[in-house]
Amino acid sequence: MEGGGTFTPRGVRRGVRRSLVIALGLAPFGMVVGVLAAGKGLSALETALMSGLVFAGASQILALELWAHPPPLLSIAFATFAVNLRMALMGPVLSGLLAGIRGWRLWGSLFLLVDHGFAIAVTESRRGERDGGLLFGVGATLWVFWLVSSLAGFWLGALLDLRRDHPLFFAAPAAFISLLVPLWRGRRDALPWLIAATVAVPLARLLPRGAWHVVAGAVIAAAWGATSDWHREERAESGR
Amino acid sequence: MRLDPHTLVAILIMAGVTFACRAGGYWILRRVPTGRWLRHFLGHLPGVIFVAYVAPVLAAGGPADWAGGLATLLAMRASGNVALGIGAGIAAFALTGWGLSFWRGALR
Repeated sequence: MEGGGTFTPRGVRRGVRRSLVIALGLAPFGMVVGVLAAGKGLSALETALMSGLVFAGASQILALELWAHPPPLLSIAFATFAVNLRMALMGPVLSGLLAGIRGWRLWGSLFLLVDHGFAIAVTESRRGERDGGLLFGVGATLWVFWLVSSLAGFWLGALLDLRRDHPLFFAAPAAFISLLVPLWRGRRDALPWLIAATVAVPLARLLPRGAWHVVAGAVIAAAWGATSDWHREERAESGR
Repeated sequence: MRLDPHTLVAILIMAGVTFACRAGGYWILRRVPTGRWLRHFLGHLPGVIFVAYVAPVLAAGGPADWAGGLATLLAMRASGNVALGIGAGIAAFALTGWGLSFWRGALR
């Protein structure tokens, strides 16, 4: 795909502004990671390194649940892969913003890619955004909040008594539902979205560890949608 | 500040696997010419990824989750503001939870 390949400080600033609210919504989730890490006996430095270098909440929580001394490297690697494989699907979707960008700007933007940032960047790029700096700004903002909130959880978790059923944790699904709303493109999305839910719900029960249900649901539903779009276009062309 | 070598190795493995996931998809797809089907496929992905995420959470949850999800959806549709959407969701989740426990207490 050909693109202008722009990456400007203004784009980065737009990304920062667009992500501040969502970044706040990440905070309870980050704190859970900090609480878990402290509970498993990690030091503050180790907690910061994990949040800073891995920067993927669901996989950090799963890995910390598997944690032992010494850590079971193979299970942790596999669990991380299972949870984060979905992110391999996100980069290609963003090629409109990434095409033409090279070096640290490209690999840095990909390093900072997370679910929330992905949703914001897709929404903005459908509205005509072409500046790759946006994705970087969004990712960097979320990264800073992630690091700060994991450390806050590490130090304050014991004081706050954040139990798993605290209403604040509904911030995580609420953030995803909010991000879904602008991704709706109209009625042709209805069937693929229904298929994604139909595949993901039972699969999530069968394979609760990891996020295979996200990958399988998304790939099957998007393949269905692409095939029916393709057929519709073929019919339209042959009818003309 | 303690830095245990076993822990460091585990963190570096997690970081490597995660970066491979993040960058790998783009790295591979950049080498493949994007045909029409693939373009449609990529266009569908963002929505269905998040549906595949949220649907199991709501399906496994109770009335508080459903009320929270509905409130988020309605607030977001009406305002287009993510903060309002999340706030409405948390409020509806909390209110439904408290309402239900109050109701159960009254019945007992």
